Amino acid sequence: MTRSFLGWPAFPEAAEREVGNRQLRENLGRATGTIRGKRALLAAERPDWEQLRDSAAAIKDQVLAGLEQYLLQVEEKVTAAGGTVHWARDAAEANRIVTDLVRATGEREVVKVKSMLTEEIGLDAALEAAGISARETDLAAAIVQLGDDLPSHVVVPALHRNRTEIRDIFVREMGRHGRPAPEGLTDDPAELADAARLHLREKFLGAKVAVSGANFVVAETGTLVVVESEGNGRMCLTLADTLISVVGIEKTVPTWADLEVFLQLLARNATGERMSPYTSTWTGTTDGDGPRAFHLVLVDNGRTRALADPVGRQALRCIRCGACMNTCPVYRRTGGHAYGSVYPGPIGAILNPLLKGLDEEQTASLPYASTLCGACNEVCPVRIRFTDVLLDLRAQVADGGKHPVERAALGAVGAVMARPAAWKAAVKGAGLVGPLLPARTPVPGWTDNRALPDVPRESFRSWWKRNEGERA
Amino acid sequence: MPPNPPRPRTALFVTCLNDTLFPGAGRATVTLLRRLGVEVDFPAAQSCCGQMHFNTGYRKETARLARHFVDTFADYEEIVVPSASCAGTPVEAYPLAAEAAGDRGLARAVAELAPRVVELTRYLTDRLGVEQVGAHFPHRVTYHPTCHSLRATGLGERPHRLLRAVAGIDYVELPAAEECCGFGGTFAVKNPAVSGAMNGDKARHVLETGAHVLAAVDSSCLMNIGGRLTRDGHRVRTLHLAEILARTEQDGPLPGVPVVEAAR
Ligand code: SF4
Repeated sequence: MTRSFLGWPAFPEAAEREVGNRQLRENLGRATGTIRGKRALLAAERPDWEQLRDSAAAIKDQVLAGLEQYLLQVEEKVTAAGGTVHWARDAAEANRIVTDLVRATGEREVVKVKSMLTEEIGLDAALEAAGISARETDLAAAIVQLGDDLPSHVVVPALHRNRTEIRDIFVREMGRHGRPAPEGLTDDPAELADAARLHLREKFLGAKVAVSGANFVVAETGTLVVVESEGNGRMCLTLADTLISVVGIEKTVPTWADLEVFLQLLARNATGERMSPYTSTWTGTTDGDGPRAFHLVLVDNGRTRALADPVGRQALRCIRCGACMNTCPVYRRTGGHAYGSVYPGPIGAILNPLLKGLDEEQTASLPYASTLCGACNEVCPVRIRFTDVLLDLRAQVADGGKHPVERAALGAVGAVMARPAAWKAAVKGAGLVGPLLPARTPVPGWTDNRALPDVPRESFRSWWKRNEGERA
Repeated sequence: MPPNPPRPRTALFVTCLNDTLFPGAGRATVTLLRRLGVEVDFPAAQSCCGQMHFNTGYRKETARLARHFVDTFADYEEIVVPSASCAGTPVEAYPLAAEAAGDRGLARAVAELAPRVVELTRYLTDRLGVEQVGAHFPHRVTYHPTCHSLRATGLGERPHRLLRAVAGIDYVELPAAEECCGFGGTFAVKNPAVSGAMNGDKARHVLETGAHVLAAVDSSCLMNIGGRLTRDGHRVRTLHLAEILARTEQDGPLPGVPVVEAAR
């Protein structure tokens, strides 16, 4: 069975479970610390870094403003280059299209290039239900799949695992899905990479059908772009007979000149490298070179809903570099699973509610999964103002009447505060504890791990009155 | 009607949290401003800026408090606030609150008033142009730059410069200073486990410095970190930056806090 985030608990509950996991916090702290350090150095290296961010945000906004026109251009160019374009409104439609395409080839196994969108729509489970097995070829995605685990980071889906855990997963699982792990495998990174290479290479050499995502789609030529570190993606993209790329409609960029901006930002911000080791681009099909059939499935699945939100639509600029989660003090303690989605961290806290709406308790809890510290605002290459979106989503939750009790309480406090006489009486009576906190009684949440402050004998306003009395 | 007596042009917005739970921060602000020649008034009608309401999503309720804030402070030329986060509310929250409430008059009044609302350390360094405020504080102090002071209000190095200019102080840098303490208003009660983990790390960093006093420009974050330190049995004192800047040589060392011999 493929695990999924279906029915996942709301953030506070899921986060509490994750925070209690010492090993996880250690792994997260180490991994995000390393990437953050490298990113900071490489961003500082570019004198035009802030201008690149401005350009990237502007290009994405331009695309979002004219999305329909750019998508039609993509369809036209891909079709002209020998590809077939399919449109999917939602996850079910996308899964059905891909399943039918694989079925038509008669194959029972497909290889996958890491794609968050296929995780988002639950493609593996849909294929499995149709008797088709899909194997991940990206190392981190393969670790997640072998361990029957869930992804926890947009760039490194197995970020929550350390090398000892990875070794154990390899030893336990590889044999069940193909070539077993070598005898006496240790947790040495080079040995682990070798074991993965041997196991995975068997898969892509034999595969006739590959399923990929894409980092970008260049509208002017209908070219898809995949950026990766390992080269496994390149192999899948070139060795299969049939290539099916499942891509979110927001991945479009107008021109190659625009692409240039993103390629300068992405690797530096994602992995702290000047350039990603592999940048693969393809346009339709080419006789005698690469796949003979190419299908592009353009997926909405909530993106037009997000686009309709005037404040939230900026979340669709995201290029999935992961910097916001690497820097987020909440994510670095909970890891990705707490967010109940393939998109965790700050981007997950805004994107999931925007894609799925705020009706479920789980999605409605996400805008509150932040202290509003603003660290993410500073690193996002496309300048998403997370704090603006979080606050706007919170207002939507509050207006939706999801928290009637809280609203009544805050409403009462507000009423007291807006009436000077009532406020003064409240302050005089018991300090802030009058209107805000129950005096000296435990406050759920607060007193779990901190003491309440002592209530002073005299409020500021009484001191002022006394003091001013003396001065007069 | 008798003519109104002339009154100070500068108002103190003490914030509801300081008014009720941390009055020392308010008293110190008054002492400090008076020492620097600023005649400051405390309009007693003031209450809460509504930041907690706004940050929790309650914009119409915030608008009600915004109206009250505007009514209370409209006649003052400058409004000094000993809190980076509350000083930000009129600028960051009120326009959106007015919009949510569909109140154009409020939006105009806010646009007119907001530029006059100034956080205390910025008021000292930028408006008064002082860094040396005549303070004396012979103790080992570390400083937590609260998220709002760092990223929203953009205080930068101002508080550090003010602290370093204090006579007798032994100022030590806080490791991982720029990381959030985990308070986040209602975050602390909505996500207590995560908040507690963040706060625990912050408290650990404070202890690593060996400082006897932790300073900040937001009492809310100090209440959070201080609550953790107290619960864990540590005797580090939390003080609003104003409480350090207000003390002079005549006041002597702060009772109960170890005195350090620092290079003058
Ligand atoms: S939201 Fe910004 S920082 Fe976060 S993953 Fe997307 S592009 Fe990167």
